[in-house]
Amino acid sequence: MKQVYVNSVGSISTQKTFDGSFLEDVIDHEDHVIHAMDPVYKDYIPPAAARRMAKGIKMGIVASKIALTEAGIDNVDAIITGTGMGCVRDSEKFVSAIIDNDEQFLTPTPFIQSTHNTVGGQIALEIQCKGYNFTYVHAAISFESALLDALMQIQEEEANHILIGGVDELGDHTVKIHQVINHIKTEKVKSSQLLASKTSGAVFGEGANFFVLSSEKGETSYAEVLDTKTFNTLEKDQLQSELNIFLKANNIEANDIDLLVLGNNGDVDFDDYYNALAQDLFTQTQQVYFKHLSGEFNTVSSFGFWLASNILKHQSVPEVIKLNHTQTVQFDNVLLYNQYRGENHSFTLLKKC
Amino acid sequence: MGKGVAITGMGIISAIGNNVEENFQSLIDKKKGIGRVKKIQTNHVNDIMVGEIDFTNDDFIEQLQLPATNNYSRTALLGVIAAKEAIKNAGISDITQYKTGLVSATSVGGMDMTERYFYEYLENPEVQKYIDGHHAGDSTQKIAEQLGIDGSLVTTISTACSSAANAIMLGARLIKTGRLDRVVVGGSDCLSKFTINGFKTLMILSDTFNTPFDENRKGLNLGEAAAFLVLESDKVVQAENKTVLAYVKGYGNANDAFHQTASSDDGDGATLAMEQALKIAGLHPEDIDYINAHGTATGNNDLSEGRAILRVFGDRVPDFSSTKAYTGHTLAAAGGIEAVYSVLALQNNVIYPNLNFETPMKEFDITPELSIKQKEIKTVLSNSLGFGGNCSTVIFSKEP
Repeated sequence: MKQVYVNSVGSISTQKTFDGSFLEDVIDHEDHVIHAMDPVYKDYIPPAAARRMAKGIKMGIVASKIALTEAGIDNVDAIITGTGMGCVRDSEKFVSAIIDNDEQFLTPTPFIQSTHNTVGGQIALEIQCKGYNFTYVHAAISFESALLDALMQIQEEEANHILIGGVDELGDHTVKIHQVINHIKTEKVKSSQLLASKTSGAVFGEGANFFVLSSEKGETSYAEVLDTKTFNTLEKDQLQSELNIFLKANNIEANDIDLLVLGNNGDVDFDDYYNALAQDLFTQTQQVYFKHLSGEFNTVSSFGFWLASNILKHQSVPEVIKLNHTQTVQFDNVLLYNQYRGENHSFTLLKKC
Repeated sequence: MGKGVAITGMGIISAIGNNVEENFQSLIDKKKGIGRVKKIQTNHVNDIMVGEIDFTNDDFIEQLQLPATNNYSRTALLGVIAAKEAIKNAGISDITQYKTGLVSATSVGGMDMTERYFYEYLENPEVQKYIDGHHAGDSTQKIAEQLGIDGSLVTTISTACSSAANAIMLGARLIKTGRLDRVVVGGSDCLSKFTINGFKTLMILSDTFNTPFDENRKGLNLGEAAAFLVLESDKVVQAENKTVLAYVKGYGNANDAFHQTASSDDGDGATLAMEQALKIAGLHPEDIDYINAHGTATGNNDLSEGRAILRVFGDRVPDFSSTKAYTGHTLAAAGGIEAVYSVLALQNNVIYPNLNFETPMKEFDITPELSIKQKEIKTVLSNSLGFGGNCSTVIFSKEP
């Protein structure tokens, strides 16, 4: 079975990550929702084309191009995308136009862009990749589904280089309706105070994080991907036993884990899943979180994957993401755990390479 | 030669039947499920024809004995009906006995409820339960819950009209790599104002019965459906002494990389997908006994797909037909329902007619099968092609 390496990363997020830096100047947002910082799109996409594109498409294409450039390749064997909602603004635009104009005067562009696989299709068009092209749309595990697919194909030697990523954009109406059901916090919260908020709901965000996974380790490699596993449901008291099964399958013990990357989003009703996993097993392990920087969205775990890859490459942890005071000098194995509202849990294991 | 993955159960609901048996009977009886839309209020009612399922949401809620507080979209309801039939058909009584996952496909998801309550969501607490049912993964979560699949791999694929074929492909890979012992694969999509109007703006909806591969084809009829297959590992098949209905023998996926909504004139993506599937199956073009074509009856698809078939099969094009004239184009579910029809073709050694065909296309001289044809069928190749350049092929076989 071939090994799988993260050979490059490309990140568009609510932080200044598009320039390849690693959380050097962190923005302390204060809002209910936080928007991705725009790179100079015309550096990557012809302006005429970019004007018609949904933000999700633009973020996806730019993050992909950054990742391809860093990996030093023009094309890949496969493109596998995760997105919870696709280009949700176009979906909103098309539904509201149907209602407001009583099914008249509609134009096809928002309908076309609302299709979930638009980002994956546009990336293929942009780089002229005729290979395998999948889009996973399963809420909080959309990105991990893409990762698993790529992992299997590289391990089984069906592909050598695969572009994977997670992308989601914010839409005004979607934000409003999630506010009325309290999935978004009713009060504005400062990023640095997210975990202290002790209120229901999350701060929503958006972004795109893409990676080139390869069978060959290169100069640019960040980490090796050992495994990923997803669960539609899990009770808190099942977390540790399921984790042990996962670790055992990878010949790793809990005390081999040097860093735990957790998906805490400051929702007082659901953050205790992370405590349930970390208690007893990981009291002496360094723990970090990231959703205060990125906001919550369906594919935000791809930002966690970006973070873990960077930590393994640079062997350092930015102060702003630390959850506890444990200091670690050497990072070999990193475990990521994420869930959203108690559903769609995922474990991902990365290793120094 | 690549080894196939066993199919041990299947379930389906479409405009031509509420289960596998009814669907097969309609196929043999040449009974179309196409008519005027009844359950959706639309100004286009007289401009389009659709493949709609007779049962209302309330009928399904009653059949499934769901509580009044449920927030099921029609996509979820259809999916649960078909997936439950597949599990029953596979003779599974305890789903937790083996490591079982679910891979479903949808493009509409919970849009049927969102388009109904879009603005009302903001004010009416009674309908707010559907907000959480909007995203594409929701119907899959509900199907898993109804099947009793907990703590497992459950995911959703949305690659437009090729989605369910891709779910079958992922499922086969999950079995082959040993990650799962058993996986339920397929897709579900209901009709919606969103898709009716979307395809209307693209001007590819026919105002009459769709006519795949006909020179005078006017476009597609939308349909709604759900269909699922149960795939099981050799270990399970042996241990349980299972009857195998057929095998997923090969699969291929490629991207046309030509245009967001149109297929390339020469069908590059479809050609690559078919070639890849043959390679994985370890088969030659002449080994294929029947092609269940995507054949949506749009000007673009049928030309592109027809040319791709000619590129792969040359002057020995096997018997082929599209069943879209029966069911309409069921979008993300299409690859699932056509998988069920492919397995039925293998089991019954029958090729279904391509209904409504009159005039051969002028661009090439291939003609679909026009009547019920009985012959020994060992392998069926099924195409699913979609927006975003997505092209998928799955090959089903009698032998592993």
